[in-house]
Amino acid sequence: MLTNVSFSLSAGGILVLRGANGAGKSTLLRALAGLTPLAAGVLKWDGEDALHDLPSHAKRIAWLGHLDAVKPALTAAEHVPLAALAPVGLTAYANLPARLLSAGQKRRLAIARVAAAGKPLWLLDEPTTGLDSASLTRFAALCESHRQGGGMIIASTHTPLELTGVSVLSL
Amino acid sequence: MKTLILRELKLSLRHGADTTASLLFFIIAGTLFPFALGPGPTTLAAIAAGIVWVCALLAALLPLDRLFGADFEDGTLDLLLLSGLPAYGVAFAKMVIHWLTTGLPLLLIAAPLAIMLRMPAARVPLLLLTLLPGTMLLSLLGTLAAAITLGARRAAVLMPLITLPLMIPALIFGAAAITSPHPAAALYMLAAMLCAALPLAPLGAGAALKAAAE
Repeated sequence: MLTNVSFSLSAGGILVLRGANGAGKSTLLRALAGLTPLAAGVLKWDGEDALHDLPSHAKRIAWLGHLDAVKPALTAAEHVPLAALAPVGLTAYANLPARLLSAGQKRRLAIARVAAAGKPLWLLDEPTTGLDSASLTRFAALCESHRQGGGMIIASTHTPLELTGVSVLSL
Repeated sequence: MKTLILRELKLSLRHGADTTASLLFFIIAGTLFPFALGPGPTTLAAIAAGIVWVCALLAALLPLDRLFGADFEDGTLDLLLLSGLPAYGVAFAKMVIHWLTTGLPLLLIAAPLAIMLRMPAARVPLLLLTLLPGTMLLSLLGTLAAAITLGARRAAVLMPLITLPLMIPALIFGAAAITSPHPAAALYMLAAMLCAALPLAPLGAGAALKAAAE
């Protein structure tokens, strides 16, 4: 159970959740997404209770859980628009069934889906799992681009990101 | 919802094994009865409607455990619940998918099976007329059961235990409509059950999906 968690995030902000395994990082992210109900407390968006209307709240969120949500039978291009594959370096694999992608490539595909969603808030649960150093750089560039567009990111990760101005919430 | 249905249809077509398995089960199970009861046309014709109905119910159960199971295991369920559709909308889309990929093919293949079981040709349209709401009901109630048992250790066992008792009224009225000289009353009952399940089953399944995702 998480208690006494309080933070605010404004446009262009990035919040990294840190904590030991089982500290509640994933639980907090799921609660912020509205997937796990809050036992107490409130999540406000522009001063309004964000979780009051979950379908509307969902339209603000691009979600990346610790599972990739990649369908083996679909190609990469069937998961996301073709243009979204370039920033994660998957253009060459566009027409390959996802079952043939490596774990890291599936993670990149999942990141591409988040970036292509065009939502203001990215909620990312261990987004860098399985990524090589080149992919980490691409991921950081995507985050920077999202932030410069006024987007917000809340991510749990143990990997140091090549980003500046990152707020950290320790659980 | 249209996008979700089209995507799920594409996935179902790529994974044609579920539909094929249901159809093969339906045909094989229906074919076993003449071997057990003998090929006498009078005996078979008298029970053909019941055989087709029961086989269709059992066949339609087969793909239910993968209806949400695969999405639950690979994380897609979270994305579906965050798609902006209410949870009952997601559940309803899955019900539509189940009917399109299982109920409808069973409906199409029911006529040849019924004729093979010596059902009088004049009664076959009535059989299909009862199976139309019957398979839809099964998709609604089966999806509800699939959502309720999502994440349970013995989901595949629990699902028929929940679905089949709920389908007994539909089975009674469906089979009765075909053999009764006045089928309208039984058909109205089937339609009434469908009308009741149409709003209630997605609501229940949606709530179960949200509970499973927690």
